[in-house]
Amino acid sequence: MKELEYPFDSEYILKKAKSLKRTLLSDGSTRIVKRIAVLGGSTTHDIIKILELFLLNYGIEPVFYESEYNMYWQDAMFGNEELDSFSPDMIYIHTTGRNISEFPDITDSKEVIDAKIESVFSHFTEMWEKLQEKFGCALIQNNFELPDHRLLGNMDGSDMHGRVCYINELNRKIAGYISERDNMYLCDISYLSAVYGLDKWSDPFYWHMYKYAVSMPAIPTLAFNIANIIKSVYGKNKKALALDLDNTLWGGIIGDDGVDNIVIGQETSMGQVYSEFQTYIKSLKSLGVLLTVDSKNEEENALAGLNRPDSVLKPDDFLAIKANWEPKSRNLTEMAEFINIGEDSFVFVDDNPAEREIIRQSNPGVAIPVMDKPEEYIRALDRGGYFEVTGLSADDMKRNEMYIANAVRKKAQSSFADYGEYLKSLEMEAEIAPFADLYMARIAQLTNKSNQFNLTTRRFSQNEIEAMAEDPAYITLYGKLTDKFGDNGVVTVVAGRTEGDILHIELWLMSCRVLKRDMEKAMMDSLMDACRDRNIREVKGYYYPTAKNGMVKDFYAVQGYELISSDEEGNTVWSRDVASYNRQNEYIRVVGNE
Amino acid sequence: MTKEELYERLNEVFRDVFDDEDIVVTATTTSDDIEDWDSLEHINLVNAVEKEFGVKFTMAQVTGMKDVGEMVDIILATKNQ
Repeated sequence: MKELEYPFDSEYILKKAKSLKRTLLSDGSTRIVKRIAVLGGSTTHDIIKILELFLLNYGIEPVFYESEYNMYWQDAMFGNEELDSFSPDMIYIHTTGRNISEFPDITDSKEVIDAKIESVFSHFTEMWEKLQEKFGCALIQNNFELPDHRLLGNMDGSDMHGRVCYINELNRKIAGYISERDNMYLCDISYLSAVYGLDKWSDPFYWHMYKYAVSMPAIPTLAFNIANIIKSVYGKNKKALALDLDNTLWGGIIGDDGVDNIVIGQETSMGQVYSEFQTYIKSLKSLGVLLTVDSKNEEENALAGLNRPDSVLKPDDFLAIKANWEPKSRNLTEMAEFINIGEDSFVFVDDNPAEREIIRQSNPGVAIPVMDKPEEYIRALDRGGYFEVTGLSADDMKRNEMYIANAVRKKAQSSFADYGEYLKSLEMEAEIAPFADLYMARIAQLTNKSNQFNLTTRRFSQNEIEAMAEDPAYITLYGKLTDKFGDNGVVTVVAGRTEGDILHIELWLMSCRVLKRDMEKAMMDSLMDACRDRNIREVKGYYYPTAKNGMVKDFYAVQGYELISSDEEGNTVWSRDVASYNRQNEYIRVVGNE
Repeated sequence: MTKEELYERLNEVFRDVFDDEDIVVTATTTSDDIEDWDSLEHINLVNAVEKEFGVKFTMAQVTGMKDVGEMVDIILATKNQ
């Protein structure tokens, strides 16, 4: 919904919150339900109300628990029946400078100040540990905004007695703590309030009138930021950029002006603007964002522009380059198919408002930042939070290479007459083993991100995955696939619960980047081996249909299972016996976890 | 701006905030007359009214308002300063 995309109109959102919610709820889209506990150190009513809108817009339907006013610590430390039975998927702790209980006095010695910092910090660490122990779910924690006033003026920032100095130290400690944990995320209100304007952010009117530590007009900015973290954790980040060329990656029209006359490079101020923007895009690529070109141009001209020595981005940086005279909406659809990601994983970057409007109408779900002034391009993309990073996995950073390798495989495939020959030529090797510590984060990420090849679409947190791995009632398997073009990383996850001599498959998913590679056959072989080891006689498979997993509707039938029941919603239950199972995998060499 | 015009614009703000197209406010309207008008929605309302008329109420003004009529008087007084 355009109203909820950056740069949004906060006043409008606040005023129209109720009707926006109505519209979102009636748009017929399917959403994942997440239980979110908001523990506040000040009023949180409207933060929750606006957060709900942004989350609904991201395809997440939140159910909230809200602590009583300023009861965040009590709720966490001493328990609360309502919160305990709520069993949150995620906890957001909304504390601010108003919750700092001790500040330095001007006569304090260094020891006293250190003790105060330690006391304030341990108030928080105790709470985090308690919450982690009790709920084992993800935590989002605010740091602190800078103080409203400075007793020591500028020296407040350099002298240990100053509040600026003190808060900076606390923020460093919070960041240090969070950076060492997988399951905890910083909501950086120190940065947000600076961007927003600290005076407006901390407007004392809202504190004294309503005990809002963050002013009402700033609430959409805060809520959007929280929503970005949450949607990123649940795998709803964008994955790719579709970039226009003329007046987007460089100044001028290359077809008219000629390759020598486009504006890029260090010679002119506008050239520097475009160079900085290209450098920013290149940094996004190093985070794993996939780059593509969607431009109305002769391909030859597009390549000439990108091949200029002063172009930061080179043709090789792009997974696909569509420079032609087709509608951009069609190019985008084709690139999505080629890369094998959804169209709604794209961010469309184009300076032309007419092109943006066409994409808005014909490619729903594509994010379309407003790119009006070249000097603000970076900000327009950056603040949109499309690629909010909540964990830097090695897989993310290698994603571009993997997709490029996939494109090479596709080309290789067309040169083989027989598909089996092609598979053989890939020289595939799979590592299939029970869930291992090294891969817990990736496994949890896959359960939250995979939508298409996913039989049950059950989402798990890392803690839940770890618990499953330790539970003797479970058989767990991950699969990692390597071939001669490269390492695909962990691409498939299977987990089943044993009950007597029956195994119930609760989770079976696979990343679409390894479709049609027989990896599922190798996984089924390994699962059946594990069953035999445990004297399991029968395996039951479950398929729960969603809007996106139609491709695996007949998965169990293809795997030789027998349909034993189905209901009117299309849920199906399948069964097969272990004894009569014959190995299926012919092309993948399987090894255990060595 | 006449008082009439002001009431008309104010009415729109009330309708947006409470998401109810049937609201008609008068000088004597108070929070008792509108079902959803509780202390938390009050903040939203005050905020939206401030933006609509380009005014900023002080704490003393907000805490002193007894009904819509007083709100209107404060808006007019601030605008005419």
